[in-house]
Amino acid sequence: MRITGWFNMQLRRYGPFIVLLLLILACWETAARTGIVPAFILPAPTAVWAALLSQAPLLLGTHLPATLTEALLGFALAAGGGTVLGAAMHLYGPLEKALYPLLIISQTIPMIALSPVFILWFGYTLWSKLAVVLLTAFFPVVVGTFDGLRAGGDMYKDLLLTLGAGRRQLFFKTQIPMALPAYFSGLKLCIVYCVIGATIGEWLGGGKGLGYYSRRTAGNLQSAEMFAAILLLALLGMALFLAMALLERIILKKRGLLL
Amino acid sequence: MFFVAALKRSEPICFPPEINGFFCCARPGSGDHLSGICYKRGYSLIAMLSITGLSYSYGPPGTGTVFHNLSLTAGRGEFVAIVGASGCGKSTLFKIIAGLLEHGGGEISLYGEPAGAAAERLGRVAYMPQQDLLLPWRTVLDNCLLPWEIRRDGSKAQAVAQIRELLQRFGLSGTETAFPRQLSGGMRQRIALLRTFAAGRPLLLLDEPFGALDAITKRELHRWLLELWNGIDKTVLLITHDLEEALLLSDRIYIMAGGTLQELAVPLPRPRTPELSYVPEFAALRREMERCLYADHRMV
Repeated sequence: MRITGWFNMQLRRYGPFIVLLLLILACWETAARTGIVPAFILPAPTAVWAALLSQAPLLLGTHLPATLTEALLGFALAAGGGTVLGAAMHLYGPLEKALYPLLIISQTIPMIALSPVFILWFGYTLWSKLAVVLLTAFFPVVVGTFDGLRAGGDMYKDLLLTLGAGRRQLFFKTQIPMALPAYFSGLKLCIVYCVIGATIGEWLGGGKGLGYYSRRTAGNLQSAEMFAAILLLALLGMALFLAMALLERIILKKRGLLL
Repeated sequence: MFFVAALKRSEPICFPPEINGFFCCARPGSGDHLSGICYKRGYSLIAMLSITGLSYSYGPPGTGTVFHNLSLTAGRGEFVAIVGASGCGKSTLFKIIAGLLEHGGGEISLYGEPAGAAAERLGRVAYMPQQDLLLPWRTVLDNCLLPWEIRRDGSKAQAVAQIRELLQRFGLSGTETAFPRQLSGGMRQRIALLRTFAAGRPLLLLDEPFGALDAITKRELHRWLLELWNGIDKTVLLITHDLEEALLLSDRIYIMAGGTLQELAVPLPRPRTPELSYVPEFAALRREMERCLYADHRMV
């Protein structure tokens, strides 16, 4: 009884999306099979699936782990650095004034234009990819941390000050807990950007990763294989995002910030 | 100055043997000399709070004057209300007393001694802002332990025991493990008041503690606070714009209008109940208050 109830709820929630997805796939398949669109431009979904299965050892054994490593290492760097920077900007006013414009500028530079410089500096190593990931993904964490800490509220600050609290106590007792929702929003964006950053890094050069693979197959007009890699990248991004959302749920629930 | 007049009016019972160099006089009707008004031998009265000639303005000098030359006192165990329209500077006055704002001119004395700059006043009086400001991620007990966590005096077990006792006294036992969102507005306000008590300061500043509650809940809390008040040795300054609330709860009222304070004694006997509001003396006092308020409003 409870299981069918749960199933019905999920169906109501995701039903429309699944119907639309199936409809799009059906149209796509028809268009590809009837030859309205040439296969090298848009391969049929079944062809993509077949390519995925035939290339599975290579994709899942070599390229996916490479991209995942870059994304996760980049995430650790971006999240760590972003958190420290955001907190430092919150705690020390002049630092905020000095750094905020620089941060904005760093985000307005087109990544593709800057990336060759990273290749020049770091070569085709893991480091050039991590540099791209870091530059793409650290910004949401800094903003999430900084805005979250600031959202702590002057009223709580006043209350704690009148209880005799110092800056350290203000920071740990109210500002950090209150920053958590905005902080996690930043982390969720960050982890998605990490996958994008890793892909861009691989496009620029190297010998491994889903980005490298998709570029190579695109060059050879192996559209089905390219789409298989893109499908994997999308799934990877979704999986990482969902993992982050789950972590957020668990922590906020434990902290009583979630109903 | 005022207390001499007040003493004559209400004829308090004084206890000639001095306690720690203080003479203490019972608050009218309380029968408890410890909660009365205290004098130091050979000195004038010991006021928990004494403000003389206070002025405050925001912006550059000469502009944005909120108030000018305010004077106010509160004796030990007194319940003093400050009444005025919104925006007249009541909350600003509280923030100055609590040390959140620096005043322009004048003197502030706390517990019989000059209080110094704003930063030195922080942590010396208990301040309860308008919103309950309970931390949503903490249980009731942990919220009430916040003042102890910041002070760090004594053991945690002691602090917990003290909070539990207060919870019982406040009629809140059984809520320790609840989160604020699970409680009603009236309960949350009571817990916020308890946290203010737990700050352990003799002087409490309550900024419209019942302002956000509906009339029925407010009435309930008035009854509850009047009962609670009988056994408690605290000095309270209460901001309100509810005239009835001011009369019901306080010993003295300052009416704030046009940047000045006007004083009004409330010689109604204690213990009080909310039914007091139907007594003719109460109505007369209320009329007097309204006269003061609106006379000033016309001037402005």
